[in-house]
Amino acid sequence: MTQSGRAWKYGDNVNTDVIFPGKYTYTLRERDEIAAHALEDLDPTFVANVQPGDVIVAGINWGCGSSREQAATCLVYNGVGAVIAESISRIFYRNALNNGLLAIVCPEAARAIQPGDKVAIDLAASEIRFSAGTFRFPPFSPSIMGIVDAGGLVPYVQCKLAAQATAYGDGVR
Amino acid sequence: MSASIPQTFAQKALARAAGLPSVEIGQVVDARPDVVLSHDNTAAIRQIWRQFGQEKVVIPERMAVTMDHAVPAPTTRHAQNHAEIRRFAQEQGIRNLFEVGRGICHQVLSEEALVLPGWTILGSDSHTPHFGWLGAFGAGIGRSETATLWATGELWLRVPESMRIELTGDLPAGVTAKDFALRIIGDLGADGGLYRSVEFHGAGIQALSLASRMVLPNMMAEFGAKNAYIAPDDATVDYLLAGLHRRLEREGATEFCANGQCISLTGDPVTVDEELRALIRAGALFPDEGAPYAETHCYHAADLEPYVACPHTVDQVVPVSQLSGVQVQQAFLGTCTNGRLEDLAAAADVVRGRKIASGTRFLVIPASSLVLQDALRAGYIETLLEAGAVLGTPGCGPCMGNHMGIPAPGEVTISSANRNFRGRMGTPDAEIYLASPAVVAASAVCGVIAGPGDL
Repeated sequence: MTQSGRAWKYGDNVNTDVIFPGKYTYTLRERDEIAAHALEDLDPTFVANVQPGDVIVAGINWGCGSSREQAATCLVYNGVGAVIAESISRIFYRNALNNGLLAIVCPEAARAIQPGDKVAIDLAASEIRFSAGTFRFPPFSPSIMGIVDAGGLVPYVQCKLAAQATAYGDGVR
Repeated sequence: MSASIPQTFAQKALARAAGLPSVEIGQVVDARPDVVLSHDNTAAIRQIWRQFGQEKVVIPERMAVTMDHAVPAPTTRHAQNHAEIRRFAQEQGIRNLFEVGRGICHQVLSEEALVLPGWTILGSDSHTPHFGWLGAFGAGIGRSETATLWATGELWLRVPESMRIELTGDLPAGVTAKDFALRIIGDLGADGGLYRSVEFHGAGIQALSLASRMVLPNMMAEFGAKNAYIAPDDATVDYLLAGLHRRLEREGATEFCANGQCISLTGDPVTVDEELRALIRAGALFPDEGAPYAETHCYHAADLEPYVACPHTVDQVVPVSQLSGVQVQQAFLGTCTNGRLEDLAAAADVVRGRKIASGTRFLVIPASSLVLQDALRAGYIETLLEAGAVLGTPGCGPCMGNHMGIPAPGEVTISSANRNFRGRMGTPDAEIYLASPAVVAASAVCGVIAGPGDL
């Protein structure tokens, strides 16, 4: 699986409050309204200009702060394909993968990629490719790939529950 | 792995949660948490959970739900959210639902002894590492993960590497656990504990009051930590025993079952208490001597002083003595980090006989209804109000910008909370400084950021 898009580059310690402000977290629930506030207090030009497949590139500790899942889903709803960073806060990392958003820790690539670079991510090869070169990142574990391949945690669990129900049904019969 | 190989707290806790004899660092386990926490986000999590097509959640007895992040409801939309949460709890038979005004999730679950030493709690709240104060494994998770737990009772977790932080000696007068937390984050960075299990050790830690111990794991969320840990001791057990009694009496329970045993509550009170203490202790987990730590950091309490985290990240830390003339329009005392009785007491001590500076507002929001009642009885609330403070409903208050004290653009807030991110309190054009309750109170009196020694 290879995907590609343009890079939006940001700095260190970008927190969830600037990715998706806390004042919206207990009221907004629809895709469109969540998408509309993505990166509102970080980059007001983002929502109007982001293209499907675009990639967020950041420094250390991307997504630190709150556990709010909209910090990941607001990017997904805008078509963002991946976050590549020097490091990623653990809850954002989980929220991203759980919503089918690739979260890739690759310090070398994160430092080298420039704003607007066309970036390709090859999951099978665990490689990030762009004009300045090719960078490898640690492959995802099979358990994480299972979630990513299913399109996120919810569809993954739906399949798991369906499989359990089928197995149970067979046992009863 | 042989049991003789020394293990960290995180290894022992996640082995227990996964039902395995032992686990290795880096291993991914399917953990079955003892408690699953959610708050005002419960209705949104329900929306995700419904996609699983279940009529009933599989773990109603393990769920705890608080309404705390926007209480009392500031808008109709927030009120609808709360109404949806109440309906959900009713229809699912969730007994541990805590109403508007009861307090902040981490404080309330601690007061109710819903989490015991050695247990695992996963919460859709980033400050869930808080429960490390009582020797539990607490970690924050997302909404889809919480929905998954409601549906299946389990979630994958990787066993984290551990970091050891030692504190020797007693904190000097005017220096608090908050100052220690800020110093650690200032020294090592907001990502200094990224993905680590942070264990606090040393005589300086065990010398802290329980309320002060709560500050450290809570603040480790701002350090990037997965969870944090302080060894439980007799004081921890006594606190939880009192909480258990409060809860079990309210529920009219005649027995209490946990950690594989059931205690009848109807016998001789002294005996019952001893049995309950033993039951609480039975679950406690302690890291082994020689357990593997990726890093160790040592601090001497005598070297610490009051600190302030400056805008807009928690690791922009300077001693309060180095800040001069920073005017504040708002001082906020409260939150899961510093809204407890000893915090209100420290603030009352500072403002007693003084008045809040003209041009400065002083908001006081106790972390729970119990804190508020205790502070009323102790006279702290009266002292704070006489000085000119404003009292809010127990809950999270303006911490994450919902309501009850949102700053105007251009204003400066000094807060006892845990985050000073740009836009955190509502507008990206306001500045937030973080400090201990005593510094917040002194700043309210002075109208500029000040330590208690400056009065």
